[in-house]
Amino acid sequence: MESLAFLALIPSLLAATWRMATPLIYASVGEVFTERTGVLNIGLEGIMLIGSFTAFAAVLYTDNLLIGIGATILVGIVAGLIFAIFTVTIKANQIVVGVAFNLLGLGMTGFLFRTLFVGTQNAVRTVPVLNIPAISDLPFLGEAFFRQNWMVYATLILIPLASFVLYKMAFGLSVRSVGEHPKAADTVGISVPHIRYMGVIIGATLTAIAGAYLTIAHTNQFVEGITSGRGFIALAVVVFGRWTPKGAFWASILFGFFFALGLRLQAVADLAIPYQAFQVLPYVATIVVLLTLRGRTHAPKALAVPYEP
Amino acid sequence: MSEVILRMENMVKTFPGTVANQDITLEVEEGEIHCLLGENGAGKTVLMSTLYGLYHPDSGHIFYKGQEVHIRSPKDAIYYRIGMVHQHFMLVPTLTVTENIILGQDRSWKVLNDLDERAARIRQLSDEFGLQIDPNALVSDLSVGEEQRVEILKALYHGVDLLILDEPTAVLTPQETTQLLSFLRNLADQGLTIIFITHKLEEVMQISDRVTILRDAHKVATVNTAETDPRELAKLMVGRDVLMKLPERQGEPGKVILSVKNLAVKNERGLTAIDNISFEVHEREVVGIAGVSGNGQTELALALAGLLPISGGEVHLNGDEIQDLSPKQLGLAGFAHVPEDRHKMAIVMPLDVSENVILHEYWREPFSKRRLLQFASIREYSQKLVDQFDVRLSSLDVPIANLSGGNQQKLVVARELNRLPRLLLVNQPTRGIDIGATEFVRQQILHTRDAGSAVLLISTELEEIFHLSDRILVMYEGKIAGELPPDRERTEEIGLMMAGKA
Repeated sequence: MESLAFLALIPSLLAATWRMATPLIYASVGEVFTERTGVLNIGLEGIMLIGSFTAFAAVLYTDNLLIGIGATILVGIVAGLIFAIFTVTIKANQIVVGVAFNLLGLGMTGFLFRTLFVGTQNAVRTVPVLNIPAISDLPFLGEAFFRQNWMVYATLILIPLASFVLYKMAFGLSVRSVGEHPKAADTVGISVPHIRYMGVIIGATLTAIAGAYLTIAHTNQFVEGITSGRGFIALAVVVFGRWTPKGAFWASILFGFFFALGLRLQAVADLAIPYQAFQVLPYVATIVVLLTLRGRTHAPKALAVPYEP
Repeated sequence: MSEVILRMENMVKTFPGTVANQDITLEVEEGEIHCLLGENGAGKTVLMSTLYGLYHPDSGHIFYKGQEVHIRSPKDAIYYRIGMVHQHFMLVPTLTVTENIILGQDRSWKVLNDLDERAARIRQLSDEFGLQIDPNALVSDLSVGEEQRVEILKALYHGVDLLILDEPTAVLTPQETTQLLSFLRNLADQGLTIIFITHKLEEVMQISDRVTILRDAHKVATVNTAETDPRELAKLMVGRDVLMKLPERQGEPGKVILSVKNLAVKNERGLTAIDNISFEVHEREVVGIAGVSGNGQTELALALAGLLPISGGEVHLNGDEIQDLSPKQLGLAGFAHVPEDRHKMAIVMPLDVSENVILHEYWREPFSKRRLLQFASIREYSQKLVDQFDVRLSSLDVPIANLSGGNQQKLVVARELNRLPRLLLVNQPTRGIDIGATEFVRQQILHTRDAGSAVLLISTELEEIFHLSDRILVMYEGKIAGELPPDRERTEEIGLMMAGKA
């Protein structure tokens, strides 16, 4: 009986894996670009929260998803720009600036949310989830592959696009050289600050979109701290994915699976284990993954090192 | 006379606290090989980096091909067809040769769909000049000599009329050096202008048409190479006659002090760095380890110093096994170590001079009592060392970072020698220091030998090995390729061993 019930869980588990992986994919692919230029942005969590809030607020006010995404992108660019001004131009410590972004993101979105939305139309928020019409009701795989919202599907375009930019375009070559040996790039006329600004902005923008996904696609509301550590997990995903877009995709899928598994196991309520034990799964997985990766890394050589010509 | 292709006029460049170039004027003629000679820190690299757009001069004018130019970045330099091969190669190890060579040549949005054609062009260029470079190889798989040829190829691919090379022979074997010099001569004969930065007199004599000498940020002179000799050049470079008088040996080598048996060491990446080597060093003996850098010398030094675990073999000091001792225990056993990079290992830059002096022994009397530092005895001891080893400083309380490289190194040597070691390991003892300090450090090493220590000298400067060693071991790819007496007649043999061809 029990094994049958578990079997029935598999289709939704598969579907949820990709859904839960999606925000990680956006954020980690973005961070791949940032770190490949040699900048470490540990402020992903904060930027993701800001993205979540922006998308939520914009869609709530305008009832237009495109405006929501547009506003998110804009805010992402601004966040990236500010981060880059501090870390690339002023050369402040990247960890400290990242922590500041996390604190700011949490505090600001919490404050704005409470001031603007709590107790008003909190319950009547109308943020629709986009469903790409599924042709198929295939058993098992139908839900996972053909019944997702378009932000989930877009990850299938994002990965080849990111790989193309990183490996087939002159810009990508510059990115890879600047993160590895910035002085070498400098001596052939590449502007290290310019490339780093671009890397940070791409990262922050995709991270903000990851946040938007949580409020206007995955759910239809904003709650304080809705990102619940996904920004930090995305950082681990980048490491696990060895700083490549493809690697980040599959690593995200793995962590997405743990998120999904945690949720499904909670649902199987007759287990005598507190549900928090399952919630903690992706976070434990993060620690385990990082421990196993100890030593052998493929990190860009100049990661987190400000460039002094 | 040919035309002047480059004139740098009254160049001034200062950095916080130091003047790197003071009113330097340099004139280079088209098609000549012009050496820029000077000691470390004389300002050669800064002057050329300014020309290449890496630094911005405080004042001065640059005239190139008959008109004044403003070179604000390497991009401008490349535009003016000026190329530079830096002392530390500017190649990204994770990229291929082709990617490195075309790096920075395209607009950001350019799709790199013509890499195969460009690789073919690079291969063609490489064949044309006999450089033997595979454009599809990953730079991290190349040898140092190959990397240098990629750098030259990069400049040729970009198109250059003026090529600057910064100490290009520092990483080469004698044979590779000869090859490079004749290659450069060829290029010059085809009309390329070459500026060659060096501190080696033989090279100047061998390759250059003219030579400009810099000393302490000033230009001393420009002379025709044919009308000068090494002695005059040395005098111009140092500002006084250089005698390089080394003490005569006292006594003969005695019993075995250091015995290394079948030592095997893996480097930090887990690859074999030292491959089963054995040798001995005797009392009153200097054994020199020669070799191109990166052939296991660093790992050998670290392993002996207790800083890198060994994967096999035994090391005995004075008959006692020492391979598992910590650096502190090694020190107590009579081992002293002058590491290859003083900034990374020997000294702590922000600490003051006397704190650096007691770095090993701060914990014991008379420097500490009841776990409290005894400043009076620390100062007294530091002052004694400073006087004895002629370290020039304004005060014992200044950070050691304020001292010149030569004085820092003297202090390190003083600290280590004053421990009266049974075994002294010196790794690149004179790297980056001026001739005066070099002379002094070498004398001290020999005095230590005469006092009865066994000395293991690791150096990539063959000159130094010849000057100091009683026996020479050549290292190649983690093995000892051979042993020779310090006989200059056999330089070629050593060179072949360094290249793994003997």
